[in-house]
Amino acid sequence: MTLSHLQRLEAESIHILREVVAEVERPVLLYSIGKDSGVMLHLALKAFYPAPLPFPLLHIASGWDFAAMLEHRDRMVAAHGLTLIVQHNAVAAAQGVNPFDTPTPLYTRVMLTDMLKAALDTGGFDAAFGGGRRDEEKARAKERIFSFRGPTHGWDPRHQRPELWNLYNAHKAKGDSIRVFPLSNWTELDIWEYIAAENIPIVPLYLAAKRPTVTRDGMILMVDDDRMVLRPGETIVERSIRFRTLGCYPLSGASDSLAATLPEVIQEMLLSTASERLGRAVDHDPSASMEKKKTEGYF
Amino acid sequence: MATGFAADPLIASDIAAYLAAQAAKPLIRVITCGSVDDGKSTLIGRMLYDSAQVFDDQLAALTADSKRLGTQGANLDFALLVDGLSAEREQGITIDVAYRFLSTPRAKLIIADCPGHEQYTRNMVTGASTADAAIVLVDARKGVLTQTRRHSTLVQLLGIRHILLAVNKLDLVDWSEARFQQISADYRAFAASIGLDDVTAIPISGLGGDNIVTPSANTPWYEGPALLPWLEGLDIAAKASPARAFRMPVQWVNRPDSEFRGFAGLVADGVIAPGDAVRVLPAGRTTTIARIVTADGDLAAAVAGQSVTLTLSDQVECARGSVIAAANDPPQTADQFEATIVWMADEALLPGRSYLLKLATQTVAATLATPKYQLDINTLAQLATKTLEMNAIGVVAITTARPIVFESFADSRDLGGFILIDRVSHATVAAGMIRFALRRSQNIHLQAIDTGREAHARLKQQRPMVLWLTGLSGAGKSTIANLVEKQLHLLGRHTFLLDGDNVRHGLNKDLGFTDADRIENIRRVGEVARLLTDAGLIVITAFISPFRAERAMVRAMMAPGEFIEIHVDTPLADAERRDVKGLYAKARAGKLRNFTGIDSPYEAPETPEIHIDTTAMSAEAAAMLIVERVTN
Ligand SMILES: Nc1nc2c(ncn2[C@@H]2O[C@H](COP(=O)(O)OP(=O)(O)O)[C@@H](O)[C@H]2O)c(=O)[nH]1
Repeated sequence: MTLSHLQRLEAESIHILREVVAEVERPVLLYSIGKDSGVMLHLALKAFYPAPLPFPLLHIASGWDFAAMLEHRDRMVAAHGLTLIVQHNAVAAAQGVNPFDTPTPLYTRVMLTDMLKAALDTGGFDAAFGGGRRDEEKARAKERIFSFRGPTHGWDPRHQRPELWNLYNAHKAKGDSIRVFPLSNWTELDIWEYIAAENIPIVPLYLAAKRPTVTRDGMILMVDDDRMVLRPGETIVERSIRFRTLGCYPLSGASDSLAATLPEVIQEMLLSTASERLGRAVDHDPSASMEKKKTEGYF
Repeated sequence: MATGFAADPLIASDIAAYLAAQAAKPLIRVITCGSVDDGKSTLIGRMLYDSAQVFDDQLAALTADSKRLGTQGANLDFALLVDGLSAEREQGITIDVAYRFLSTPRAKLIIADCPGHEQYTRNMVTGASTADAAIVLVDARKGVLTQTRRHSTLVQLLGIRHILLAVNKLDLVDWSEARFQQISADYRAFAASIGLDDVTAIPISGLGGDNIVTPSANTPWYEGPALLPWLEGLDIAAKASPARAFRMPVQWVNRPDSEFRGFAGLVADGVIAPGDAVRVLPAGRTTTIARIVTADGDLAAAVAGQSVTLTLSDQVECARGSVIAAANDPPQTADQFEATIVWMADEALLPGRSYLLKLATQTVAATLATPKYQLDINTLAQLATKTLEMNAIGVVAITTARPIVFESFADSRDLGGFILIDRVSHATVAAGMIRFALRRSQNIHLQAIDTGREAHARLKQQRPMVLWLTGLSGAGKSTIANLVEKQLHLLGRHTFLLDGDNVRHGLNKDLGFTDADRIENIRRVGEVARLLTDAGLIVITAFISPFRAERAMVRAMMAPGEFIEIHVDTPLADAERRDVKGLYAKARAGKLRNFTGIDSPYEAPETPEIHIDTTAMSAEAAAMLIVERVTN
């Protein structure tokens, strides 16, 4: 019997999740509420069934997540009796850091990167599961499944441990931590196929619906709440849109779409020609920028 | 956009049918090997491009980059598609393992792309470790090179058996069939000499896309498969065959409540179903599979490659590191091995140093001897050496601190492959492949280490001793011994319990209950206890040991003051009334011969170090008393 690719990927991810739980002291799952996080959570629930999830979820809340994301998060937490930690930079927010006025790199660092480091330090977490995939980006293609970070959370691409067979070395010095990527070998298409096959709940924003939008700097933005101040000349237009990646709503570009069901979304994706990150303002930097962000401790 | 596979028409016409077809695709992992400039990056970029994995924005970037660098004149430089980290971009070489993802009509592929230089042996070994097959790239103008041989040797060493010889740049030798045949023949001869028999040779041009997706008009004389179809057709299900003996290393014990005790792991080999007899190693108990538990409901069977949770019919010793295996064909257990080692760290191998060895889910301390030899992987010559430097490969004897469950790497990647971890830097310093177990008697030249019994005891920070419990059958020896061990363990003492259960089934299974056999039984137990005290342990024994002479004999074996005789004193009438195992009844009925107290004498100790009157105190109180006496 030959296992299907999804079976093989699922088995590998579950194996990774279990190795971490068996070998580190305090793991945590970085839950960004997106489709990759959703798949990772689903795999974790499977890995430890019938036991409850042996680690908490961590959500780095910028304060600008889509409202539908927070609803989805709370639904999942309630449905599975999960422990959720929410980390938010209230100080920066009060000082006026926001996605509209603060330059994006600074905003990301203050609201997301720094908060992630702070949450990991405060919680004493020595391993954090992330939903990164190697097919996303060139820098990720070379990152190990177990990625070690020093006390300042930096990634050193020159000193990665060799990773052989399915033997993961979780030993580390005091103060070091591991970012673990159980979905390393999944592609975007695998993720969607798996969501369809396993009926994994996703944030409705992934499916097309009529939503209030404005077009700004070439991106279609959704007006998720009244904190979004219209610029002169902008008007709110109802459009049928969906999102390929979710994050802070003022930074997430939507695409026009009529794909209101999962199969239709997959169909549209396969027939489309722009790679996933195009819709994410955060990544609109020179080509090697992800690598730079990672060296700085971005997940 | 794509030139190779036209986008599947089902995507547009019937997405549900397309998804159903997707669901059955296997996942195949390959490694590409080639020397610099053989065209590896170009080939991989080509495969991505031809299988429609390149999106418009990436294509735009590629076009811009190609133009800027001008490596291919006005044409696209596919190699740029697979280029990675900025540091290596500047150097113009690939320095690490990168993974590429491809979806073809019949399979999903993961390609491990790693550099070919000798100084990157460790990267290649890493990439090869998870591969089902290898593409060995050769430049048609250059033919089989030293590098080609080295890569093939590594691939063979890492247990890859399916080899695709891609004879590239055939456009530069005028599509010469003769040249292709000659290179194929050269390579096959070499491959066979190192044990690679499954070789398929394909003439290609990565640059032009010839014989990558479909047969090329430029090679009408070639009738074999194109490269991607060959990959799609690979049989990767060998491990999941019922012909393979079942093995599952236990990763994690799932114990949500007192009712459920499941053993989570990735099936390494074979097939399993509820009711199948299994042996749990290293403890060695046999039982049967009760259930195969998954979140989607219980399974009727599981195969190699699946992550499952098994429950067992009996309460047997089983923890992380245990291996659940087919009862009639279990793997071996040993603590000395000969292994092939690939050294991966800046700091060279240090014979005699204690490293951590991780094999499947077992992690143990391990010491390496001076290498038997280093392998010159270009010539396969065996060179004398005292150590192994970064990227060197050698054969070394390894001793582990305790026995591990293993198989030879040739039989099983999962139970024969291991990594070594430096205890100080925590780095992965080597990859190893077990060749075979060594017998203790074999002469291993370990670095002289001055570790006598004092050193062992000092490490454990305890005084080694033997707590020798003696008394009638049913007196309560085992109960008390277990409690003592538990309490000592909680106090951080390293103990070991010897009783009928773990000795009679193995070491002494050839012995019965005649007086002669009872004496031999005690003598052997004494010898083992002595060795364990040499190892620094506190040994607890629970044997009737009815004869004074044998107890004296054992006392004499031990270092002075290390033998604590404990009389678990229960009157015969009481022991017989309890008769927990029903043995007295059997003995009275004449069904058991030579039963102590009935038709064989019990000689009570005259001056035991500790006397326990079980009619006057509970087992807990007795254990406390003993623990107090030995810890003060
Ligand atoms: N004529 C020809 N040139 C090729 C072919 N494949 C690769 N090359 C060229 O060989 C050189 C090295 O290729 P590259 O893919 O960078 O090699 P790598 O070092 O193995 O990754 C480049 O100039 C390529 O354009 C081929 O099939 N035919």
